[in-house]
Amino acid sequence: MNVKTHAEAAQEFILNEPRTDWHDETLWFVRQKRDKAVNTVAEWEILRDWASKIKNHTLSNLDHYLKSFEENAIANGIIVHWALNAEEHNQIIHKIITDNEVKKIVKSKSMLTEECHLNEYLQKKGINILDTDLGEYIVQLRQETPSHIVLPAIHLKRQDVSQTFHEHLNTEKGNYNPEYLAESARIHLRKHFIEADLAITGVNFAIAESGGFVVCTNEGNADMGVHSAKIHIACMGIEKLIPKISHLGVFLRLLARSATGQPITTYSSHFSRPRSGQQMHVIIVDNGRSRQLGRPDFRNSLKCIRCAACFNTCPVYRRSGGHSYHSTVAGPIGSILNPNLDMKANSDLPFASTLCGSCSNVCPVKINIHEQLWKWRQTIAVNGYVDKSKKTGMQIMAWILSDPKVYRISGKIGRWVMRTLPFMVNNRLNVWYKQREMPEAPGKSFRDWIKENK
Amino acid sequence: MKVGLFVPCYIDQFYPNVAVATYQLLKKLGCEVSYPMNQTCCGQPMANSGFSNLTKGCDINFVKNFKAFDYVVAPSGSCVLHIKEHLKEGAKPAELEKVRQSVYELSEFLIDVLDLNSLEAYFPHKVGLHVSCHGQRGLSLSSMSELVAPEFSKPEQLLRMVDGLELLKPDRIDECCGFGGTFCVFEEAVSVKMGKDRIKEHRANGVEFITGGDTSCLMHLEGILKRQGNDIKTIHLAEILNSVR
Repeated sequence: MNVKTHAEAAQEFILNEPRTDWHDETLWFVRQKRDKAVNTVAEWEILRDWASKIKNHTLSNLDHYLKSFEENAIANGIIVHWALNAEEHNQIIHKIITDNEVKKIVKSKSMLTEECHLNEYLQKKGINILDTDLGEYIVQLRQETPSHIVLPAIHLKRQDVSQTFHEHLNTEKGNYNPEYLAESARIHLRKHFIEADLAITGVNFAIAESGGFVVCTNEGNADMGVHSAKIHIACMGIEKLIPKISHLGVFLRLLARSATGQPITTYSSHFSRPRSGQQMHVIIVDNGRSRQLGRPDFRNSLKCIRCAACFNTCPVYRRSGGHSYHSTVAGPIGSILNPNLDMKANSDLPFASTLCGSCSNVCPVKINIHEQLWKWRQTIAVNGYVDKSKKTGMQIMAWILSDPKVYRISGKIGRWVMRTLPFMVNNRLNVWYKQREMPEAPGKSFRDWIKENK
Repeated sequence: MKVGLFVPCYIDQFYPNVAVATYQLLKKLGCEVSYPMNQTCCGQPMANSGFSNLTKGCDINFVKNFKAFDYVVAPSGSCVLHIKEHLKEGAKPAELEKVRQSVYELSEFLIDVLDLNSLEAYFPHKVGLHVSCHGQRGLSLSSMSELVAPEFSKPEQLLRMVDGLELLKPDRIDECCGFGGTFCVFEEAVSVKMGKDRIKEHRANGVEFITGGDTSCLMHLEGILKRQGNDIKTIHLAEILNSVR
């Protein structure tokens, strides 16, 4: 399959300018809600600092905390599985399904299961999973992928949702009322919650000292699934750990404010042990994370708590849409996580940024996202994943700019061409010129001027 | 005060008036300004494109031209940030550190070093301020809308000293214009869209000029404005500060 680069996909996205404006404004509104919420917390910057330090400490002692989490979880009666990669993660779930003759599966939002392509894996084996997060439910009906990790269907308007529900749930055609649409989904989902014998959830925070974990949702769909199913599988990356329950408050205060501007998610559900007669599984997944942990420049990307504040603030994301990042995790954080998973396939992503730095500023765990974007560019170039033509261009430019005489002559010739033969510059081959005029080339450089005016 | 004037390559070639204004302004304020004649570029275009391994020549040349100065001043936040963060060749580590420490963006030099409180400048126009990301988030020339911290702005402080000037700020006070170095051609569609959106806000404010501390952002916005046939003009902060009655 020929996947479009970010630049190509973004260009297509922007062709519909009113819709691009709508997308930009919708996400900017979320950023503004975030700003309002964080400005009510006087100690906001201190909280960010604490969260960053707790996560850094945890990452530096990950082996210790993982073992301690496993021990405590087992003591609580949780069955713990380890998966080296996506394939193993999917196999473990498949085995639990077949061993227990599971008939119906509901899943609340888990970006890890998206990353592992669990739905497709099981579908090939004739097993269907129903996504119960409303946004994920919508994109699942449309056979799309989430375009945003917190707001999976943010690329869709209510009219799109109405049409999708009309096709799949037989709702009234042309009824765009959000309450009507949400209620229709609710009625439909309720049946599945009741019938499901397996509920899959993600994990927001796994607590080493207690062996328990916390799942944050706004819809309560994780709880709805888990409460009625006889089996609960929670999937977590190795980086989801925090050492102590007392650290949780720091993260819960940061997470929802950063994500949507709420003081806290509607549901912060604590799971510690299976209830009587229930099986509770936790799958701890690496899938490239330990490789990232071994990259000194990029290890602290694993601090991420998946709030997506960097998406909402990113002026490029807002104007190119999540699907242009051709990955499960889009946006600035995706652009520093995905090259670790597949450097060649994702070599365009670190360049899908102006390095404006807004992402690093909103990040609740202080990941230096824009600096890592810069560093990934270097790594990608060193590994030879930058176009030959771009590389040659850079080599020529470096040669010119390294030598004052060559630089002055080139500048003089360049300006002369622009003044006397403008068609040489103002043509279709010049990408700048497509939607922008070239600067006017003056007769004299500043150097020429100062020689005369010293 | 001995100051080395660092004129970024594209300003030297395409916007000499920005450098002239910076030069004249610094002289007016009592600085002994010299322009090292063999300077070229800071190396940022290569480094931001992933080729920081090609910037050795630029580094060496930069150090050669500027190592003798106590203060190096440039009318560009972006190029100054590049030197501060990435200059790594051309001298021993201690000397390189000295060069990195001595480089200032114009507005921070005027406020922090010269401690400027007033200015004889006159510019009777409605002006919109474009906050350039590298100067703001990189060099902390002003507070950032993402952080919970007190508000300040060195460029704004300077513009407030100008007689007759009416300063108008866009709603999205510090959103990127979309220039982004080679981003402006490799991600042309997003780049131009970002620029158009910035212009839209300034236009709604009824500004006559868009100013800022980075000519690269202004060049990008100017290119779009001219194509639109828009009568808003771009002007560098130094040119406004150097305008007289």
